[in-house]
Amino acid sequence: MDPQNVTTTVLGADEIILNMGPQHPSTHGVLRVKLKLDGEKVIGSECIIGYLHRGVEKIGENRTYPQFAPYVDRTDYVAAVSNGLGYCEAVEKLLGAEAPPRARWVRTILTELQRIASHLLWLGTHALDIGAITPVFYTFREREEILKIFEKYCGARLTTHAFRIGGLQYETYDGFEEEVKAFCRDFEKKVVEYEELLTENRIWVQRTRNVGILTPQDAIDMGATGPVLRGSGIRWDIRKAFPYAAYDQFQFDIPIGERGDTYDRYLVRMEEMRQSRRIVLQAVDSIPEGPILARVGKVIKPPPGEVYHSIEAPKGELGYYIVSDGTTQPYRLRIRPPSFINLEAFDKMVRGHLVADVVAIIGTLDIVLGEVDR
Amino acid sequence: MTLLIETLQPWLLPLVRILVVFAGLSLIVAYLVYAERKILAHLQVRLGPMRVGPHGLLQPIADGLKLLLKEDIIPAGADKWVFWLAPAISVLAAFTAFSLIPFAPNFYITDVNVGLLFLIGISSLGIFGIILGGWASNSHYPLLGALRSTAQLVSYEVALGFSLVSALLLSGTLSMKGIVEAQAQQGVWFAFVQPVAFFILFVAAIAETNRNPFDLPEAESELVAGFHTEYSGFRFSLYFLAEYAAMVLVSSVAVTLFLGGWLRFFPSVRWLDFLDYTPVAVFLAAAAWCFRAVLRLPGTREWRWQRLLLLGLGAGAAALAAALLIPARFLPDIGVGQAPFPVLATIQGVFWFLVKVFGFLFAFIWFRGTFPRYRFDQLMNLGWRFMIPVAIANVIFCALALALSRQLGWHLPAALWLGTAATLLVAVLLRQEEG
Repeated sequence: MDPQNVTTTVLGADEIILNMGPQHPSTHGVLRVKLKLDGEKVIGSECIIGYLHRGVEKIGENRTYPQFAPYVDRTDYVAAVSNGLGYCEAVEKLLGAEAPPRARWVRTILTELQRIASHLLWLGTHALDIGAITPVFYTFREREEILKIFEKYCGARLTTHAFRIGGLQYETYDGFEEEVKAFCRDFEKKVVEYEELLTENRIWVQRTRNVGILTPQDAIDMGATGPVLRGSGIRWDIRKAFPYAAYDQFQFDIPIGERGDTYDRYLVRMEEMRQSRRIVLQAVDSIPEGPILARVGKVIKPPPGEVYHSIEAPKGELGYYIVSDGTTQPYRLRIRPPSFINLEAFDKMVRGHLVADVVAIIGTLDIVLGEVDR
Repeated sequence: MTLLIETLQPWLLPLVRILVVFAGLSLIVAYLVYAERKILAHLQVRLGPMRVGPHGLLQPIADGLKLLLKEDIIPAGADKWVFWLAPAISVLAAFTAFSLIPFAPNFYITDVNVGLLFLIGISSLGIFGIILGGWASNSHYPLLGALRSTAQLVSYEVALGFSLVSALLLSGTLSMKGIVEAQAQQGVWFAFVQPVAFFILFVAAIAETNRNPFDLPEAESELVAGFHTEYSGFRFSLYFLAEYAAMVLVSSVAVTLFLGGWLRFFPSVRWLDFLDYTPVAVFLAAAAWCFRAVLRLPGTREWRWQRLLLLGLGAGAAALAAALLIPARFLPDIGVGQAPFPVLATIQGVFWFLVKVFGFLFAFIWFRGTFPRYRFDQLMNLGWRFMIPVAIANVIFCALALALSRQLGWHLPAALWLGTAATLLVAVLLRQEEG
């Protein structure tokens, strides 16, 4: 239904159109949601995006392959390492090259740390939206530790550009393994700390149970991926389905939800953080020795052809579709951003709920506008 | 001249009291904001205000000045007069209600024989400030905020009213002073014989003041700032003032009705009399803390003002402690009978009153740091389907217990506890029915 059509109900009470965003405390950046309200009940919604559109895909056509790598960091800017991994592996696939084992192990460790960092940011802001103002400070405390590891490794905290096409540019720094292990050791207790604040809290459960239910069928139809899909009870994870980096070497479980509501997605993401910790611990104990960069040449000039490569980013399936015409620049580069496609489910999830649930649902979708708009 | 003084005599003392209460309250509210920021900060592994003055002690003054100097914007579509009037109503209602609170046996602005009724009435008026402010802004978020607070305040007012009734039944008077005196006489704070009423009053008080987890009218993440989204500068600070004054007010009411107002802990236990000296100990401890902080500050020139301020504070606290211990023979009789330290005896009541009020305020802030926010319908469910029935049951059982003890000579506290058990049973049944 077009929210522009304001109709009058029998009682003579008007529906109101409420603009949430792009400047709103809990639309996570510059999302603009147009809500049609009957009282406080949402009867229609429309997401208006594009406030952060930077034409990243078009820029890709005018940059050489290595030049474009830093740009992907700026799509999902809270999970730059994952973006970098996806892009580098896609180009490697196009080249027919493979990163050496040591590089793949380090990539796995950093990407899983990034998943934890991204989920921590989600947890903090999601709880903040629902009114719990304390968890965000706790989660940022641990996220800081991860960012410190990134900073020591490659000099950047947020837009890391951690990997290079063909492997890694930098060897791990002295004490890398110890620091990662120390983080994992402490992190186990910290997750318990978050859960104590929220998981059994009556108000938290009431605010998230049966809110924004996404049925398995709907989730598949909408193309949802990542925790949004798994929260609906579908065991689908690219790390298991099409293993990349070194994921086939490690043991980990894929948590799924039962009802597909906000609480299930919360539980799924909490468990994913634990599983990521498990992967990191296994990986850090078995980093093989050897070179860190495959021989890909100074000038990267893939043969003509096309490739699609996707990874399990913290927010879902992050895919890169690259068409090469044999020059140093891609002919066409397309990013499949999980946030953008997960956001499709928003209208379905939000209908019939109250305004307060809208922010809970935006939070549970875990969108990043840099990725939605690109 | 003498005539003038004699004419003014009946006005003078109340006027001084009003000024003292008003100034004290403003100070408490200003530093309540500071305390909130500090306590929340420490709950959240950070430091809070540290820049303005030592440990940010001058932050409230800086904030107040900033708000006063800010541009005062009235939106183009707003109803100017109502927009102007609304915050004033909120502040007036919150401050007027304090005229009824007995801070100490000899320190209150007025004692009315229908005090509690007047108090409920005047504090309900504060809602108008919120509703009118939200409506006059002519904007969606404030309107939704105002609607929410209307519904919320009306619902929780009912539960609040019922919880007050049991204190009335036990004391048999509507006078606030009389209620405290009744608690002194019966030798028990009503919170210990009416825990359910106390609990309901506490929860309803949080809802009445729009505090987390019931802060829906100004839910930041949903409604930006709720009813005061369009307010800025001085008018915004009036709302701010009213909200925090209301927090102090509900805490004061709860303390007066259920926690024995100005009474010391266990006032009738002789061997605990040393507690009377707690104010002295508190001031001495404050002085010691200040002096220690001075020693810990770096000795460079740029910290000079911080050191001076802390030294001044410490000296002031020490001087107050000393003043409390001036023996009776150095002072004219100020009407406290045979007390060895008249100043201490005078300050006692206010001190204990404030200690209990601060306990409440701490809980308010603590909850804000801990709980997520209720949703609108959940709030209404909790109010109408749980709190109000339980409050009514409690009143009924309390009245029954009173009747049993008066007619049949039952032991009153035992009867009241039996009533409480019955109320809790009702509460459990209600919960089960909800599933």
